[in-house]
Amino acid sequence: MISNISSVFKNCRKENRPALLTYIVAGDNTKKKSLEILKSISKYADILEIGFPHNAPTADGPQIQNSSYRALKNGIKLKDVFQIVKNYKNLRNAKPCILMGYYQMVFRYGEKKFVKKCKEVGVDGLIIVDLPWPDNKIFSKLCKKNSITFVQLLSPTTSRERMKKIISDSHDMNYFISMLSTTGGKLKVSPRKIIKNYDKIKKLNKSKNTVIGFGITKKTIKSLKKADGLVVGSALCKGITETLKKRQNPVIKLNKMVKDLKKQIS
Amino acid sequence: MKVVMLVKTSKKLYNQSNSKQPIWKMKIKKGIPLIDQHDKNGFYGGKFGGNYVAETLKKPIDDLTKLFEKFRKDKNFLKERDDLYEGYVGRPTRFIKLHNLTDHLGGAQIYAKMVSDANGGAHKIYNAITHAMLCKRAKKKYICTDTGAGYNGKMFSMVAKKFGLGCKVFMGQRDIERQKPNCDAIRKNGAEIIPVTSGSKTLVDAVSECIRYWVSNCDKVHMGIGSLVGPNIFVKICGFSTAQISKELKVQLEDEFGEIPKKLKLINCVGGGSSAYGFWSEFVDYNKNQIEFIGVEAGGSSKSKLHAAPLSKNSKLGVLHGSAAYCIQDADGQINDTESISSGLDYPSVSPIHCLLKDTGRARYTFATDEEALKAYKLVTELEEISPSLEPAHAFVEAIKIAPKLDNSNIIVVDSCGDSLKDRDIIKKHLGNYSR
Repeated sequence: MISNISSVFKNCRKENRPALLTYIVAGDNTKKKSLEILKSISKYADILEIGFPHNAPTADGPQIQNSSYRALKNGIKLKDVFQIVKNYKNLRNAKPCILMGYYQMVFRYGEKKFVKKCKEVGVDGLIIVDLPWPDNKIFSKLCKKNSITFVQLLSPTTSRERMKKIISDSHDMNYFISMLSTTGGKLKVSPRKIIKNYDKIKKLNKSKNTVIGFGITKKTIKSLKKADGLVVGSALCKGITETLKKRQNPVIKLNKMVKDLKKQIS
Repeated sequence: MKVVMLVKTSKKLYNQSNSKQPIWKMKIKKGIPLIDQHDKNGFYGGKFGGNYVAETLKKPIDDLTKLFEKFRKDKNFLKERDDLYEGYVGRPTRFIKLHNLTDHLGGAQIYAKMVSDANGGAHKIYNAITHAMLCKRAKKKYICTDTGAGYNGKMFSMVAKKFGLGCKVFMGQRDIERQKPNCDAIRKNGAEIIPVTSGSKTLVDAVSECIRYWVSNCDKVHMGIGSLVGPNIFVKICGFSTAQISKELKVQLEDEFGEIPKKLKLINCVGGGSSAYGFWSEFVDYNKNQIEFIGVEAGGSSKSKLHAAPLSKNSKLGVLHGSAAYCIQDADGQINDTESISSGLDYPSVSPIHCLLKDTGRARYTFATDEEALKAYKLVTELEEISPSLEPAHAFVEAIKIAPKLDNSNIIVVDSCGDSLKDRDIIKKHLGNYSR
């Protein structure tokens, strides 16, 4: 049976456009608001990445850190994160959800228990930022057994040999980190260069869906259109920060932002 | 690494929960440095340490590992290092008897290893030198590091100046405020202090920010972690460097006593655990009844529930800054705030190697409160011509506690691993005055 994530890519390919993946932190800035945001952007996004916040993040830039601290300050717990996903997935037209976070949270919860809970609430995929290959071999198998896509990360520092091995162990989606950066850094490499690296990855195995993330905004998204999917995260987290500062409703702002992003790649 | 850390005690031994997992007994191998007793994934005792890093850092870490493994055996590299330890750090640091303190307590004989004699005033210089030398050999022009008490930052700024490297030091805003003398020194050496304002604004956040900076700049910048923590290679480089302390001490003990004493206690404060490792590493193979290791963590204020003592207060295993170790955390896995009067010990986790030493029973860990540390500082500085910083003051607490209960055939050595000058303002605030 084809997974929800795979069918998203298949459909997007038919429409001749990349899949749009969004990232927001669960509980930013409250449990209720983040669920509302998910529901609202769901109309335009193809896959929803949802961050489960950790207070010692080693790979996040300031925007996502802000979102995480905001959510934690409002008391978000893992059980709330699962509840948010569950509530969202109860929608009739719910999109696939990928949970993203740090290994410490999974470790504390218990790997098996975590994956079981993910399956129960309808999580489709997992990104564990600091559990690289080959250390993730056992965990990714556990995910697969439970029909959850474990997303492998590839970076500009990943050697070709290593990439081959990672890709051969990967499930139905890989995530290419566009540049040497924490999340949300300014795009310091040209989109052409990023696409060139992306092509190298695709050459190794055409059938694996590969998304590009890190540093993508409304301005740059069009130039990366060739990819199977594009992830926008920090820009959205920044959007939430800005509306909160102005005492506006982040739901309206995020809806507009994601709508605009979709327009750029349609 | 060929070392296999796990020894299966019996094929038939299974634990009571009927799990299929056999009981493994954690053991320390003799004749192999502790830093090298990890498995191929970087784990000590099968569960402490590892390499929990973002994919982007896999290659820089592999490169650094290769570089270190090559040069740690390279004669020229070691000669250059030993020359620096001799001429620049000034070795050996003194090993002195604290006659007045011994008489005052009337029990075991108390000695101090004056690591604070080292150029810059603390043991952090050893690790900084190795990192600067590796940075040069990696042909990188910039180096970055974290700092809590400011000593590590100060040492990196010193060696960066000496080796002609650009240097960034990540330091929590709270620590910048309470460790001014070291910050002044860092800036004077031409390094840049990057204030970290996220989270608790202390060492834990400084390390996170430093790693984040490295993720973005790993192609040009070398990172040195300031303690025996982090991904496996950083644990190894740090331990390799601070081992100098016990190498010197071994010779000094033989000079003083004609042999290694029959009843010896080595007491060291433990934050991340870099000085404790260096103070103990040469003696790991001795029977613990002959040479006992006592690690003293920061118990925080006696008026507060917060502390920085994951080992002695039995914190659970967690993953922080790239490795698994006992870590102060909540039920959900968030890292808890810590509190200590001593910035250098104010860290929620600890080295995977100290977790191994704890679980194998080779070392014993306890804690001292802020108040006890200040009291010990006061007593030691009143009686002796030495001035330990608040970190080793924690170790003196334990020495003062146990010495009267032991007879004078027992030798206690305290690693006085830092100088008090950096704590000038804190000591003045709590004790009314500070004289040096």
